[in-house]
Amino acid sequence: MKEFLLLFRTDYEKVSKASVEQAEAMMKKWMDWLGGIAAQNKLASKGNRLQSSGRIVKSDNIVTNGPYTDIKESIGGYTIIKADNYDEAVEMAKGCPVLLAGGNVEVREIDVI
Amino acid sequence: MDEYMLIFRHEDGRKIASPEQMQVWMQQTMDWIGTISAKNKFVGGTGLPFDDAKVVHHNNLVTNGPFGDIKETIGGYITVKADSIEEAVEFAKGSPVLQGPGNTVEVRKIAKNDGVH
Amino acid sequence: MEQQELIPHLFRTEFSKITAVLSKLFGIEHIEVAEDIASETFLSALEVWSYKGIPVNPVAWLYTVAKNKAKNLLARNQTFSKKIEPQLKRLSAGNEEIDIDLSEKNITDSQLQMLFAICHPSISAEAQIGLALRILCGFGIEEIANAFLTNKETINKRLYRAKEKLQHENVQIEFPSETEISSRLETVLTTLYLLFNEGYYSESQDVVLREDFCLEAMRLTYLLIENEQTNKPDVNALLALMCFHASRFPARKNENGELILYSEQDESLWNTELITKGIFFLNKASQGNIVSKYHLEASIAYWHTIKADTKEKWENILQLYNRLLQMEYSPVIALNRTYALSKANSKEEAIEEAEKLQLTNNHYYYTLLGELYKETDSIKAKQYFEKAWALAKTQTDKQTIRRKIEAL
Repeated sequence: MKEFLLLFRTDYEKVSKASVEQAEAMMKKWMDWLGGIAAQNKLASKGNRLQSSGRIVKSDNIVTNGPYTDIKESIGGYTIIKADNYDEAVEMAKGCPVLLAGGNVEVREIDVI
Repeated sequence: MDEYMLIFRHEDGRKIASPEQMQVWMQQTMDWIGTISAKNKFVGGTGLPFDDAKVVHHNNLVTNGPFGDIKETIGGYITVKADSIEEAVEFAKGSPVLQGPGNTVEVRKIAKNDGVH
Repeated sequence: MEQQELIPHLFRTEFSKITAVLSKLFGIEHIEVAEDIASETFLSALEVWSYKGIPVNPVAWLYTVAKNKAKNLLARNQTFSKKIEPQLKRLSAGNEEIDIDLSEKNITDSQLQMLFAICHPSISAEAQIGLALRILCGFGIEEIANAFLTNKETINKRLYRAKEKLQHENVQIEFPSETEISSRLETVLTTLYLLFNEGYYSESQDVVLREDFCLEAMRLTYLLIENEQTNKPDVNALLALMCFHASRFPARKNENGELILYSEQDESLWNTELITKGIFFLNKASQGNIVSKYHLEASIAYWHTIKADTKEKWENILQLYNRLLQMEYSPVIALNRTYALSKANSKEEAIEEAEKLQLTNNHYYYTLLGELYKETDSIKAKQYFEKAWALAKTQTDKQTIRRKIEAL
């Protein structure tokens, strides 16, 4: 079995506009989705959520503020799952609640450093 | 102490460099991680091969990744411990990834105890 | 108490104390000598008390006899005495008279130190439980064999090998250092948890014995709580978990010794005193930021002490299982989580998730599917229950499933 990184991309502007109830309902969806993957014993690492701000270090050592924004969605978090192949990993990614909010999930096979 | 994720964006090395050059970059990467580990500030990390990458979109549309400009593709990440984002940025500056013009390292603080993660 | 009841009772409570104190004194390599002295002490009690009557203070009598036996052995057996002399010198610091300290404090300290020595990572969990049952809880070899559904020889061999290993590894009967304590405590908690489960889920027909196992696991966990250095949040969480489970003892078996499922239990039989204690320890466990698997399991067990089927209850249980699974996977947790999902979200969603689990050699898996289908598709439900019946190994499980099929 291989490991795959699921990277969640989302438009932070939208997330911050959600009401408390919406945020709570979303939280439950995330927990149920992660729990479902864990129940299949396919969660390699629950991963982390990333704070919305950040820095970009460029090749000439110039440092700029904010997350990577050349594209509208920035990375909101990640989870590592176990799957036999890309097809299975993509199937699991399809249940990710980030998709409900218009975000997307990048699925990448992991290569140990 | 907080944890920070350093995300590498660069071109697919295998498309632009020889296996020998790849070997050199790998060695440099290991040395770089070694210096972070020596301070007991390395948490973990991985490379991400470019082949077969996929993106799942809203409405379950699946496309082949990587997307966007080729220099924007994520090639890997590591997680480090640091007292501040400035310290994490200092670690990032040492990354061999930055030798390539246009490549970047994104530095993001990991959110803890938020209930989900 | 009459003598025929008193001696087994004292044996259970005092054997382990005497053994712990003497083992601590002699060193772990002489654990068997300590056990022999403790056993001989009870043999003497049996002989003497039957014609002289029970002494006014039976416990003090036992301690005096144990001390004398230990001293006699040391005086008689020069070689043994020489071997343990350095150890004794260190302890009595020049005192000629060997002091065998059977004070309450030393007993507690010795038992705690013994607990750490026995729960040593170098020996298997199974052997740790066996040793704990024998040396810390004073259970007989036959009783241990009965609980593990095996014979005395197997248990004897297992204990012998475990003791040999402890000697070989030169494990000391002492309190671990400050830096070591949390990692060593983890092993201790795992063993106590398994010891409790051994009693709670054992197939043994001896109900009293199984409850005794659970109560002993609770007593040892409480020893850790009473000590300042080991009174940690996860220890409190483990004790809370044990209290909540134990509160259902009177309700979970019928007069024929058959298991009564949670949903069919008479909650008026649940022990409210233990539930209150459980809540107390769970509150203590929540002081701090640590959330261990014992916290999650204790919280799940807490919600089960509320019988009413509310949305809030099952939503909480589901989220706790979600987190528990992320911490540690097991098929049982995965199945329980799916059941909670059916209660908190919907049966349809739970069926979809259950089908992904594919635990096709597990009878609980098919029992769960049967449960999920029983209201909407009794034919499918029956098929699943029958698969479960075929896979179930124990009589109790087969009976439970049979009743489900009959109830369809």
